[in-house]
Amino acid sequence: MFKRLAEACAPVAITVDGKRVGCRAGDTVAAALIAAGIAHCRTAPVSGAPRAPYCLMGVCFECLVTVDGTGSRQGCLVPVRDGMTVETQVGRREAGR
Amino acid sequence: MTNASDLASSYDLVVIGGGPAGLAAAALAARAGLSTVLFDENPGVGGQIYRAITFSPVKDRTILGEDYWAGADLAAEAAASGALIVTGATVWSLDPARLVGVSIAGQARLIRAGRVIIATGALERPVPVPGWTLPGVMSAGGAQTVLKAQGLVPSGRTVMAGGGPLLWLLAAQILRAGGKLDAILDTTPRSNWLRALAHLPDFLLSPYFSKGVKLLREVRAKVRVIRVDRLEAVGDDRLREVVFGTGDGERRLAADLLLLHQGVVPNVNLAIAAGIAHAWNERQLCFEPVLDGDFNSSVPGIAVAGDGAGIAGGTAAAERGRIAAIAAVRALRPAASVPDVQIMRRKLRREEMGRAFLDWLNRPAGPFRQPTGDTIVCRCEEVTARQVRDTADMGCEGPNQMKAFLRCGMGPCQGRLCGLTVTELIAAQRGTTPAEVGYYRLRPPVKPITLAELASLPIAEAERKAVER
Amino acid sequence: MAASDYDVAVVGGGLVGVATAWGLAREGCRVVVLDEGDRAVRASRGNFALVWVQSKGLGLPEYAGWTIRSSNAWAGFAQTLKEETGLDVCFQRPGGFHLALSDKELEARANVLKRLHNQPGIVDYETEIMDRAQVAKMLPDIGPEVVGGSYCPLDGHVNSLRLFRTLHAAIKARGVTYLPSHRVENIAREGGEFRLATAHGEIRARRVALAAGNANMRLAPMVGLEAPMRPERGQIVVTERLRPFLDHPVVTLRQTDEGTVMIGDSKEESVDPAGLTLGVSATEAERAVRLFPLLANVNVVRTWSAIRVMTHDGFPIYDESETHPGAFTVCCHSGVTLAANHALLVAPMIARGALDKSMVAPFSARRFHVQAAG
Repeated sequence: MFKRLAEACAPVAITVDGKRVGCRAGDTVAAALIAAGIAHCRTAPVSGAPRAPYCLMGVCFECLVTVDGTGSRQGCLVPVRDGMTVETQVGRREAGR
Repeated sequence: MTNASDLASSYDLVVIGGGPAGLAAAALAARAGLSTVLFDENPGVGGQIYRAITFSPVKDRTILGEDYWAGADLAAEAAASGALIVTGATVWSLDPARLVGVSIAGQARLIRAGRVIIATGALERPVPVPGWTLPGVMSAGGAQTVLKAQGLVPSGRTVMAGGGPLLWLLAAQILRAGGKLDAILDTTPRSNWLRALAHLPDFLLSPYFSKGVKLLREVRAKVRVIRVDRLEAVGDDRLREVVFGTGDGERRLAADLLLLHQGVVPNVNLAIAAGIAHAWNERQLCFEPVLDGDFNSSVPGIAVAGDGAGIAGGTAAAERGRIAAIAAVRALRPAASVPDVQIMRRKLRREEMGRAFLDWLNRPAGPFRQPTGDTIVCRCEEVTARQVRDTADMGCEGPNQMKAFLRCGMGPCQGRLCGLTVTELIAAQRGTTPAEVGYYRLRPPVKPITLAELASLPIAEAERKAVER
Repeated sequence: MAASDYDVAVVGGGLVGVATAWGLAREGCRVVVLDEGDRAVRASRGNFALVWVQSKGLGLPEYAGWTIRSSNAWAGFAQTLKEETGLDVCFQRPGGFHLALSDKELEARANVLKRLHNQPGIVDYETEIMDRAQVAKMLPDIGPEVVGGSYCPLDGHVNSLRLFRTLHAAIKARGVTYLPSHRVENIAREGGEFRLATAHGEIRARRVALAAGNANMRLAPMVGLEAPMRPERGQIVVTERLRPFLDHPVVTLRQTDEGTVMIGDSKEESVDPAGLTLGVSATEAERAVRLFPLLANVNVVRTWSAIRVMTHDGFPIYDESETHPGAFTVCCHSGVTLAANHALLVAPMIARGALDKSMVAPFSARRFHVQAAG
């Protein structure tokens, strides 16, 4: 769906739902998911419908994911880091995570 | 990297937002001697129009175009001015006494400000078409962001839909970058020309005219453009095809990516939560703050500059930021020397020429602002157009009662993607105007903070006693 | 003389007004509800949604019985509304808690309950002081600072915004006329009927029920009644939606059926509904995290403040006018808890034309004069 223009940035490895995903320094979590062709990053808490990043500028809150164990992080505002663990947020967040 | 604990407890000027208005304002104020801090929640400055200006991986300057690269000067100017520029900083609260609540890396601080300039800019108007919540549907601005910041370009079956200058600019940028674009579905009605015509003379004299003509020519040479009066994104778990109609006919296009855009509107949440008066702009179909000639709002000491003051574009934003900063300097340090504000006002007037024509020409059509049936209006709480219209018929006159009845506006986005739609639907259903209907009441936090962060704020004895009794 | 347009005009479109209007419509009355607009100060949009029994009635023991009556009728009331509208207000009565974060708080709580249950004429019902271990059995996620609390099996909660919407849908379905943006400026009694003056014209009705919350103070004297009110402000913090972790409402913290957690509460003299004090929200957040540490990193998505409808002593006012026969006051703080009573008991009284003294005599505003004299 998206391809990378410039391969110049340093490679970074994160895991998404346990699977290793290669991305680049300067990616946000949301951009890394988009670049990897991952279709959805969460399911909506009311209906369970799959949702994906929409605005990429921090206003739509569709890109909510769990990052390093903390839920409801806006993926478009979190820069990737080597070893970061990202998980799909399924429905409502769990208190304590 | 500035931590929350590195911040002083007060600054002469707090600038909220690191786009063109914020950068220009911070630079001017700092050079005039005000202690100045600028907060932006993104990893780098530039706002939306100059996103990633300090680190974009798109090195070929012809892809994004020189208008984008002009932002580099603004960023450099601010960096050299002596203003403290803090990225990764989210402002979640601003009160009329100019107490700013900001969060950096999960740590909250309250900062006092002598003056505040809100420069939080604009966001894209929602495009509530059936299926717009499907994975595979994004805003055009979102696609432009990942192009500028990460060098990502659409490579599959891609359709753009909507209207407005950003749509055409992005189309050109995608094509220059070697990306894929199968079709542009233009939702602006032909009849817009009639209202735009009266403003054509100014437009012809403005910088937008030649740029616009060139851009349209560039894009139309490579992509088919189809005028449509309805549009639907179809798929099960993700987008599969785009269905669109012209008159009686209906066509389908297989697609992996649908990019929606029908203009930008001021991002009003922080300003409204700060108690700033807003009014409906019928030409641009949005709410904007009520401001004086120096961009001062109805709350003393708080100004709104940039597209947040009313949509006028990136170059105008910088001039507005400077005008607001000059007013701040005059208020706090009357003896300081500042540039001649008339220079900015002249540049601003030139930028504002031609906007009326663009606004009328690109004015989004009613059906794309006032959906019907099961089309989702509030994405966060999954409230449909039918529910909003039926509840309006039940006697619900305004968006705050509507929010109480249906939960629209209660999700984390706090109405940023549904507010205008809800207001317009109530007005349409009850035969009144958006100005009469009004908008959501908004309170801090305008962006989420954790309970632990909130709990860490200073608590006065009387405040504690109000709870522990 | 033309017949009045309506049998009863209900002034106030909040929970008290619409519950009463619904009850009246069920009795066959032609009803009009006169309400303010979208930005009106509405306790119905700013309450904690508790259907609460414990510690009600200290100072007026009959209030405990009145409350329990409503609590017991609530499930049936919710079921009827669901059958009529298809909307489920999610009423639950799992039992509720007051939690104490210090021995001092627990002792103070125990004292309040002791005084309450020692009052002559108080109805007997179960409320238990629990130690930490007992609380932890029912609320496994409590924090280490919780020393205990009081528990009452009759306490419950409901989705009060959905209740508000449901009652509006229910009155619409029953043909009640709902008039928003019709603030009542004056009420006169002429020719055996009431004439209510609004900016959009006059409404005529045979009877009038004042259910306008704190505004009853302004309206009641127009019909020979009084409603001394002492409004106060409270603030609430609301979190994002979470997976269920809390089955029992705590008086200052509850998880809604949507999964959000509501956190309160404060008592402030200011009556500016738009004002918010960060320090108050911060204190509420601090206590919430001390009560349930697993909430520490949960996001606050919204805070709001609301003005409590509060009579001078906190107890309801139900009155019928002697000088203006046919005028009634229906006024209380607990519009959610008492909704069943208002719909199923008070409304029929108004439909019949007279309050049932055996049930509501203690709640007449005349008590304020007795107190003053005593």
